[in-house]
Amino acid sequence: MPLVAEGVEAEAGGKVILKGVTLELREGEVLAVMGPNGSGKTTLANVIAGSPSVSLKKGRILIDGEDVTELPPEERVLRGLMLLFQSPPEIKGVKLSTLMIASFNKRRGLSSDLLKVTDPSIFSKMRSSLSVVGLSDEYLYREVNVGFSGGEKKRSELAQAMMLDPKYVIMDEPDSGLDIDGLRVVGEIISRMKREGKSVLLITHYTRLFSTVKPDRISVLMRGRIVAQGGMEIAEEIDRSGYSKLAERLGVELNND
Amino acid sequence: MTEEKREAIRRFLPSPELKLPEGFSSSGYFIIKGKVEKSLVEEISRAKNEPEWMLKLRLKALEAYERLRFPNWVVGVEELNIDEIAHYVRPDAGLARSWEDIPEDIRKVYESLRLPEAEKRALAGISFQFESETVYLGIKKLLEEKKVIMLPMEEAVQRYPDIVKQYFNKIFPYAEHKFAALHTALWSGGVFVYVPKGVRIPQPVEAFFFMASALEGQFEHTLLIADENSEIQFIEGCSAPMYKRYSFHDGMVEIYAHRGSKVKFVTLQNWSGNVINFNNKRAIAEDNSTVQWLEGSVGSRVSYVYPSTILRGDNSRTSIYTVSISNGKKLKDTGAKIIALGKNAAGKIVSKSISANGGTNIYRGLVRISKGSMNTVVSSSCDSLILDRESKSLTYPHNQIEEETASVSHEAKTGTISEEHLFYMRSRGLTEGEAKSLMVLGFLEDVLVDIPFEMASVLNSVVQLEFSKIGGTG
Ligand SMILES: Nc1ncnc2c1ncn2[C@@H]1O[C@H](COP(=O)(O)OP(=O)(O)O)[C@@H](O)[C@H]1O
Ligand SMILES: [Mg+2]
Repeated sequence: MPLVAEGVEAEAGGKVILKGVTLELREGEVLAVMGPNGSGKTTLANVIAGSPSVSLKKGRILIDGEDVTELPPEERVLRGLMLLFQSPPEIKGVKLSTLMIASFNKRRGLSSDLLKVTDPSIFSKMRSSLSVVGLSDEYLYREVNVGFSGGEKKRSELAQAMMLDPKYVIMDEPDSGLDIDGLRVVGEIISRMKREGKSVLLITHYTRLFSTVKPDRISVLMRGRIVAQGGMEIAEEIDRSGYSKLAERLGVELNND
Repeated sequence: MTEEKREAIRRFLPSPELKLPEGFSSSGYFIIKGKVEKSLVEEISRAKNEPEWMLKLRLKALEAYERLRFPNWVVGVEELNIDEIAHYVRPDAGLARSWEDIPEDIRKVYESLRLPEAEKRALAGISFQFESETVYLGIKKLLEEKKVIMLPMEEAVQRYPDIVKQYFNKIFPYAEHKFAALHTALWSGGVFVYVPKGVRIPQPVEAFFFMASALEGQFEHTLLIADENSEIQFIEGCSAPMYKRYSFHDGMVEIYAHRGSKVKFVTLQNWSGNVINFNNKRAIAEDNSTVQWLEGSVGSRVSYVYPSTILRGDNSRTSIYTVSISNGKKLKDTGAKIIALGKNAAGKIVSKSISANGGTNIYRGLVRISKGSMNTVVSSSCDSLILDRESKSLTYPHNQIEEETASVSHEAKTGTISEEHLFYMRSRGLTEGEAKSLMVLGFLEDVLVDIPFEMASVLNSVVQLEFSKIGGTG
């Protein structure tokens, strides 16, 4: 069963940003959503995850066939969705381990005592998820994202995804701000998630991740609309001639009004 | 949750759910109510059968009360009409020395607060005040062996007049403000504790105050004297069921820490949401003594409380922690005062406030270093956390430094929780309330590590319960 955004029209800050987006993330696939800056990729991710900063004017969000449009973000998480932020905010006072334990408990329905460690293996799980993304254990005891570099924030997002164990992962530009090693790690994690049968909605405007993980399908978002869908040939075209040429060929406007 | 934690929570957190037991009746209670005037004060004194000197003190305080103006910064008490409430309510119960002997309906309240378990497990002594009088006093052998005196305040007035006279109202004189004067004119209940020289009590003693009815005043007076090189921890808890109208609390705590002694005084105030709460708390610290205050203000509609220490002696120390939570249309006007007179004294104020759902916190602080209080160091820090746009926090620190060698620092920070923070946490599966409670706990962390473990775990649970109620659908 898929994750579906159906005919989504959405506004943020009083501005119409998404103008009728339909998109389906099928089980076990990696779907890349590409598009130039400002095309609405983050807004799309936010609306799927249920951000209160975006108001959905039309359309629906479905998880495994269930309409979750009216559900708050946390309820969507319980149904298997997770959004990794493009720019994760700093959460003062809350340690990464605290957030990981709380979300682990919630996802597994152990919410009676948010911070209780019911599964003693949780610490080794946390440590190994950090080591996979190349962060030391010490990050567990740091406040979430506080003073993290751009790359460290991205790594921490991925580590949290491994702890939470979602079914549908939306990654909003997991590759921005990462060095070569970081890119490889992200690519490997996505491949691993795919192997485990998870679905990944990979938002990016570069094709550089695709050498480690090939998306099954690619959709291109411009000015709040999906303007092209297809396979790797789209990535190759973007790489070769850029978004403006693609827009020209498709006969659509590239820039925002 | 451990059993201990559950027990502690029941003890300090009952207000929203707390109900008086079935069959509870206050019809046999002796009540003195109405206009606060000489005849009323005399009647209270008579009811207590107290010595002439105490009546004289009350009447002098009454004069001051009549003379002193209502402090103009006090807000949120419009409903309060001092002359309409019951000032003295004596329950139909004597002083029990074993909790099984408390009359049944009051005993049920006592049990519902889990006090018997706490007493057995963790306390060296406990007093339980119901309305205006102490109805139970439980003392462990240890206290008797060490000649510690722990008594209802009235009994101390009768039995140890010389000691009481020496300290009562001397640490916090009634003339300082209208509510201190009112308290002194009407006081009833509270405990007296004297710790002899060199005696250290390993377990805390506790006083618990309960107000069962609306339109009632509670004016308990606690006097704690730690003689030289002694050590004591005192826990104060309070609770009340939700009423239809307000009730009024105007208590006083006086602490005298003699040379080399250590006193820790911990309060977890969780009155129900219709209590108007004033409190007058002050300690005097002699040479090499240490006084620590922890004031956790969670409940009540309006609270005015500022634990204060006078660092009279050389090398005396104090730390004052206040944690104030205003969740909902509540006001906490809290703070701390340190007045340093001795040399090489040290003080630390840490104030943390959390405002949510239209709540307001005000910090009012005073640090005064008198000339001659050489090399004294006082730091204060005020952190406020504001959870939404409807809530606010105000900070009024005030320093008066007359001594050049002293060093005083003040720092204030305000943090807010934005929708973006909340969305981030919610995208990890937490409800809005859970997200808030984690952020609040994180905010309190440096205080939580510094206070007795049991209190830390209670505060921790208080926060989780306070904030997980709100905003969540889970
Ligand atoms: N809260 C907001 N208020 C006003 N404009 C916004 C808001 N959020 C996004 N936008 C605008 O909407 C457009 C799409 O933004 P975004 O979804 O972040 O694009 P992308 O992620 O593709 O770079 C941009 O022009 C951006 O400035
Ligand atoms: Mg973006």
